[in-house]
Amino acid sequence: MIVTLTDQPFEPGALVTAFCAGREETGAVATFVGLARAEKGQAAALELEAYPGFTDAAIGEIAAQAIERFKLQDVHIVHRTGRIAPGEAIVFVATAAGHRREAFEACDFLMDYLKSRAPFWKKEHGPDGARWIEPTDRDRTDAQRWD
Amino acid sequence: MARVLLFGRLADQAGWRDRVVEAGDLSALREILSAELGDALTAPGVQVAVDKAIVRGEAVLTAATEVAFLPPMSGG
Repeated sequence: MIVTLTDQPFEPGALVTAFCAGREETGAVATFVGLARAEKGQAAALELEAYPGFTDAAIGEIAAQAIERFKLQDVHIVHRTGRIAPGEAIVFVATAAGHRREAFEACDFLMDYLKSRAPFWKKEHGPDGARWIEPTDRDRTDAQRWD
Repeated sequence: MARVLLFGRLADQAGWRDRVVEAGDLSALREILSAELGDALTAPGVQVAVDKAIVRGEAVLTAATEVAFLPPMSGG
């Protein structure tokens, strides 16, 4: 399992290639890439603040839950921090399993948990200034699907 | 004495995010910080981490202790 926080833009394709390499017993790799939306000009940039050592540990716990629950062989999560421009990748999740169902479901589970439970503080910079964002009701009910 | 970290809207409100504060325990620290943060530290959803573990009660602080005030989290 690898959990990485980075303040630098990353290239999802290269991460998928590296994650798939040398897997003779993995039947399925599922991936998800979340991108920053421009919101039709309302979001000039996103700013994500993490607490190093705390945020990555919390994500590691979420990943460990996914590994146990879906019998995964491996997980790789990369999460951006800092200022993120529209179109840039915010999050990358890859799951490896023996078969596709577990890989797909674990990816879905990880994103629902990351969206509602990962310790980040998110600020949206727009034409009218900046505002702090909290999880939406939809984010919370999505995560409750797995309870 | 402790190293105090503020995140999110708390850091915006205080105008700093990392400072050493002279306080022997968590309640003394809250008292000192309330001068500039008012009741923002006790607002709903604000959590406290001592050495990167969430703490709900009191804690003794030393020079090596790191205290973080965490406003409601945004998620990823």
